[in-house]
Amino acid sequence: MGELLQMKKYNSKSAMQKFDFLLLACSVVLFAAIQAGFSMDLIGSFWKLNIILICINIIMSASLNLINGYTGQFSLGHAGFMAVGAYVSVILTTNFGAPLIAGMVLGGACAAFLGCLIGLPTLRLNGDYLAIATLGLGEIIRIVIMNIEYVGGAAGFTGIPHLTTFPWVFVTMIVTLFFIKNFVNSTHGRACIAVRENEIAAAAMGINITRYKVMAFTIGAAFAGIGGALFAHCFYIINPSSFTFMQSFNFLIMVVMGGLGSLTGSIAGAFVVTALSAALASWPEFRMIIYALALIFLMFYRPQGLFGYVELTAYAPFNKLKFLNKEGGQK
Amino acid sequence: MEPLLKATRVNEMFGGLKAVSNFNLHIDPGELVGLIGPNGAGKTTAFNLFTGVYQPTEGQIEFLGKSIVGLKPHQITQRGIARTFQNIRLFAELSVLDNVKIAFHFHVRYGLAEAVMRIGRYYSEEQRIENEAMKLLKIFKLDSLAEETAKNLPYGAQRRLEIARALAASPKLLLLDEPAAGMNPQETQELMDMIHWIRDQFGLTILLIEHDMSLVMGICERIYVLEYGEIIAQGTPAEIQHNPEVIRAYLGGEA
Repeated sequence: MGELLQMKKYNSKSAMQKFDFLLLACSVVLFAAIQAGFSMDLIGSFWKLNIILICINIIMSASLNLINGYTGQFSLGHAGFMAVGAYVSVILTTNFGAPLIAGMVLGGACAAFLGCLIGLPTLRLNGDYLAIATLGLGEIIRIVIMNIEYVGGAAGFTGIPHLTTFPWVFVTMIVTLFFIKNFVNSTHGRACIAVRENEIAAAAMGINITRYKVMAFTIGAAFAGIGGALFAHCFYIINPSSFTFMQSFNFLIMVVMGGLGSLTGSIAGAFVVTALSAALASWPEFRMIIYALALIFLMFYRPQGLFGYVELTAYAPFNKLKFLNKEGGQK
Repeated sequence: MEPLLKATRVNEMFGGLKAVSNFNLHIDPGELVGLIGPNGAGKTTAFNLFTGVYQPTEGQIEFLGKSIVGLKPHQITQRGIARTFQNIRLFAELSVLDNVKIAFHFHVRYGLAEAVMRIGRYYSEEQRIENEAMKLLKIFKLDSLAEETAKNLPYGAQRRLEIARALAASPKLLLLDEPAAGMNPQETQELMDMIHWIRDQFGLTILLIEHDMSLVMGICERIYVLEYGEIIAQGTPAEIQHNPEVIRAYLGGEA
């Protein structure tokens, strides 16, 4: 068919690959710049730690966004999955001398398993009910950990080797972001988005709603576990009070502030929230006020979040990038 | 010939209310059948029964000779029944193109790992879906709006997009719930031609609910009339127009 050949290609293979390459190149440049900043002592140890925390929080907010933003399932238990990943990994590295990667893999796997197990019954609930169930879940995980003597109970787990380095978190963050980006731009991700948009219509299009809700929840939990493993090896001690409901709420703020259903938004949200709280660390009394004001202003002027449902690439300057546009722009 | 869809003595109770009772219907392959009746007669309930949104309280529904009672909506769609909705249910925040691409979901032949790592069949399958989706949009004159957000389309275009999306699931039986609702006479005329055309082009069987009598009488080969959950008449458009029961149901009069 001649007319088919002239059809505009919206997502051609070469455009997608060029775009991926561009993203990867940008990440390498960013990595090199920050790494150079460390080695030339331009970035002090305080900001070094905060840069690492930003990367971890990006992993957390991007994975929460997959559940809350893309699939539309309001989860408030993300800190619980983070705790599972953190504790499983520290047991492996501290008590069995395993390398960090083993802790990350097993921590992520355990969190994913728990996410799947708990997702199956709770994801039948909608809206507020699901929020309450996941909130309870996060608290249950925390309280269970608090009562396990083997991991130090409420006093916390001490003597953790300091294994989390900037290259580790940065690479993990990039892998996470690529994973989620590729997922949401596939038929599986589209199925999740369809579930968010309209469950009845999604089912009528042959999408197994329960399967995709549980899938998003499991993937989100897995990355939360990996984020938890990285978080645990930043300090020499972790304790259950790092994984409270407030922590889940913090991740939620990052996602909502950045924009539900936008990965660029999750990155921006995690960056703004973490950097803001670090910058205001010396004035703790103002921290919460500014935090609250920022959210109120956001609600007034951009209720959809900084990037609500839109990626940075949808904005004009990106569409002017000639080499991407030659065969149709990237979404 | 074995009927494509066959409902036998189906009852549906909502508490004490009989929404559909003793409902018998059969549709042969290739037919274009209408389901009409006054408001609240149970037409949409019947659609919801055929698509698994509701389960019948009693009775049997068979599609391609196999029972579909107890199946979930997505399983029924995968067997070959697709539908549109009376109150449009598009994926409102997504682009027109994505709306159609989603409906190809269960025909996509790549797994999760291939999608995430962008290896194997990912690119070729994405390209195939996109081409197929654009082809469908072209048929429904929506290709120029492919990147528009679905909720911003004019009403008539949203209705057409719903049909395009249902066709993307490559059904054998297409259920259209008031496809002409809210359309002006000219749009209705275009829609009639289109329904006829897609039936022939895609080798479909179509069952449609409609209030617009010119549309129903114009294109349906056979019509069922539903009142208070019961089928009161069936036949060709000419037979239905002269059926006293139907005239009574629509115009009133001493029964």
